[in-house]
Amino acid sequence: MAFTLKINGTPHEVDVDGDIPLLWVLRDVLGMTGTKFGCGQALCGACTVHVDGQPVRSCQTPVDSVGDSAVTTIEAIGQAPQGAALQKAWLELEVVQCGYCQSGQIMSAAALLKDTPKPTDNDIDAAMSGNVCRCGTYQRIRAAIKHAAGV
Amino acid sequence: MDELILREQIVDEAAMSRRAFLQGTGLLLGFALTGASTESVFAAPASQVVENEVTGTFAPNGFIRINPTGAVTLVIPMIEMGQGVYTSLSMLLAEELEVKLDQVQVQHAPPNHALYVNSIIGIQNTGGSASVRAFWTPLRQAGAMGRNLLIAAAAKRWNVDPATCRAKDGVVFDASGSKHLSYGELASAAAKLPVPPAAIVKLKDPKDFTLIGTRAKRVDSAIKVDGRALYGIDTRLPGMKVAAVAISPVLGGKAKTVDEKAALAVKGVRQVVNIDEAVAMVADHMGAAKKGLEAAAITWDDGPNGKVSNADIVKQLEEESKKPGAVARNVGDAGKSLAEAAQRVDAVYQVPFLAHAAMEPMNCTVHLQKDRCDIWVGTQAPTITQSLVAELTGLPKDAVKIHNHLIGGGFGRRLEADGTVLAVKIAKHVDGPVKVIWSREEDIQHDMYRPYYLDRLSAGLDAAGKPVAWTHRIAGSSVMARYYPPYVKDGLDPDAVEAAAEPPYALPNIHVDFVRVEPPGVRTSWWRGVGPTHNVFVVESFIDELAHAAKQDPVAYRKGLLGHNPRALAVLSLAAEKAGWGSPLPVRHGRGISVQFAYGSYTSQVAEVEVAADGSVKVKRIVCAIDCGMYVNPDTIEAQVQGGTLFGLTAALHGSITFKDGRVEQNNFDSYLPMRIDEVPVVETHLIKNAEAPGGVGEAPTAIVSAAVTNAIFAATGKRLRSLPIDTNSLKSSS
Repeated sequence: MAFTLKINGTPHEVDVDGDIPLLWVLRDVLGMTGTKFGCGQALCGACTVHVDGQPVRSCQTPVDSVGDSAVTTIEAIGQAPQGAALQKAWLELEVVQCGYCQSGQIMSAAALLKDTPKPTDNDIDAAMSGNVCRCGTYQRIRAAIKHAAGV
Repeated sequence: MDELILREQIVDEAAMSRRAFLQGTGLLLGFALTGASTESVFAAPASQVVENEVTGTFAPNGFIRINPTGAVTLVIPMIEMGQGVYTSLSMLLAEELEVKLDQVQVQHAPPNHALYVNSIIGIQNTGGSASVRAFWTPLRQAGAMGRNLLIAAAAKRWNVDPATCRAKDGVVFDASGSKHLSYGELASAAAKLPVPPAAIVKLKDPKDFTLIGTRAKRVDSAIKVDGRALYGIDTRLPGMKVAAVAISPVLGGKAKTVDEKAALAVKGVRQVVNIDEAVAMVADHMGAAKKGLEAAAITWDDGPNGKVSNADIVKQLEEESKKPGAVARNVGDAGKSLAEAAQRVDAVYQVPFLAHAAMEPMNCTVHLQKDRCDIWVGTQAPTITQSLVAELTGLPKDAVKIHNHLIGGGFGRRLEADGTVLAVKIAKHVDGPVKVIWSREEDIQHDMYRPYYLDRLSAGLDAAGKPVAWTHRIAGSSVMARYYPPYVKDGLDPDAVEAAAEPPYALPNIHVDFVRVEPPGVRTSWWRGVGPTHNVFVVESFIDELAHAAKQDPVAYRKGLLGHNPRALAVLSLAAEKAGWGSPLPVRHGRGISVQFAYGSYTSQVAEVEVAADGSVKVKRIVCAIDCGMYVNPDTIEAQVQGGTLFGLTAALHGSITFKDGRVEQNNFDSYLPMRIDEVPVVETHLIKNAEAPGGVGEAPTAIVSAAVTNAIFAATGKRLRSLPIDTNSLKSSS
């Protein structure tokens, strides 16, 4: 089936079965490899993208459920003020280690700051506990979210 | 299918960079060659990690490439998997080469034992917390040699004594400072000068370091916050297919039935490859490939390991560990002293199989052609990978091209080339390049696990409580015997006994031995921290048991046994002081301490825990003191202490791989649990500065944390935990 997906402001035509997860359409069909595959079961958050501003796990988002919604990925999140502030904070606080999960971390954090500009520790726990980092950068992720939010 | 490929991306980036440059953003004007093409492009270091091959006019050794535009590239022998080595090794080179860190680009080194061997472990492997230790001298020598040659080229042009010239930030100045030439301007002339032997180059006195020892910014961060970083799994090639794979759930099993017709009916599936041990679904994209695997409804013939179970593996260890093993250390007469001791303490410890569960699942892209084989993968072991692929394909080694990549978490998993070997076996049946990706389930269930160990310990205490006898028998798989057989002599695996054969304490009569027991149907391998992750848990728990038997404070008891070991004593004292050791805590809260010497570094940690009435454990705080000698980047060390501690703590709290009917019982992050942000403690790092030789850092905090936590649980509850992961059921309050 053919779908027209609005990704980072640009329409993309893809011809795949409707039940194919958005993750693989992004990565393999459209070549946008910034969104990562981690678990395939919405357990780790590495594949987080925004659909109409809401964070979703693209590994469990069938492409036929996206419709006309605007999809935003890590490649474009820096164009949003929260994304830019978070990327800057990530660099200033040297959050990354292997970096593989950080696309998803930043996407979840950007959604958090959009809804909750001044998050508490509990807000951060709630928004970020779906994102796994095996390098253990959590302490710096928390600090960088606060730094970006100015709290 | 969109045919955007790596090369186009490079050109795109170059075009973007050129625009940025013309807009006057001040980006360094670079010069890079894409692949085999000799067409030059502007390649400003929007990324300091370059994926493509960079050549250089000035190449005095294996590490440095400088071309006439002044672009400096470090051909980096160790792979970046989060530990910060692209930054720390670049700092070593930049310090002596006299360039700024942001003038250095890094490029993954090809497999080349002669040029890039890790001298600590004898192979071009990234492992053993050895990168800084191994390249501390070679990279500074390389940098100094490069700087001297560039200065000599300038002096020759100016007809002055080189000793009157100096270099700074990639520019050579004459004595007056009025004449100057950039490294780019000097590259061609410097390339014509004879290269002196590395050993005669004079290195800086550490007191003159301006970069080493500073909190320099990581060179790989920028590309990791906006999706640009390319890991092996991000490989894209023209005509490439993507394959999902199902591996026999039991080691040694074979595919019995595969519904190929149903699989091929899935849109986007192109080919089914059945190699018995695994079935690969080759497709246009991973979504179709996974769907195809499901449709194939594969059934398996389990083969000889279909009955393997954890219970049997443990039973075998219990039996075999009653027999004497290869002696790792024997000082004094432990048997006699034990018999004569005033008090005797005995214990059996056990630690489980552990998976690596790195965030980037196993993957490898292969393009096998008649006369060459290209491999795109993130590997910690490029020379081993190249050799295995050569053997498998019958090609000469130099026809096997390893395109190494950033790794999305290694932890030892990518020291093994099994993922590449499997991908090549599949690629033999595929026309054109194929990227083989393991699902998370395949990744966890077909890992090569940290061995299960069973340890028997006995100690004798004198009337004052001091240990006069210490015996420790370790039983488990020998990774070393399979991986580096020459390092195993007379049955003794030096890794399996590391940090057990030589505990930091004064132990006048000690006997430590190792019994090799290979579990059937289980593949074992290196896991972050290797031998010490198991041994430090055991030794530091047992010494805590002795302190308790001697009715002494755990810190005071250890101090009494460390008088001969000032560096161990110093980290112990610092960790205890910073943690507020001895200050009162609420009921069912406790502090525990551990200390270790491993990877060339001294480390001590204090954990503070709270154990709830239902037995659940909250680790509230970890204080870590570390003495790793002369260090390169304290921020990287702090990051490694934070992350390495959580890696070990995750295993202590949750980590266990178990077998039933030959199958691994865990399969994803809901059954092999990672720690998450809402569960982790704050980790504090206290770094001791001295002039000792550099030690390793990446694995030290992983190895030390378990004992600190279980010792804290003992302090909180009086319950001694002798096996991992922590059994919260056993910690329920009896009241």
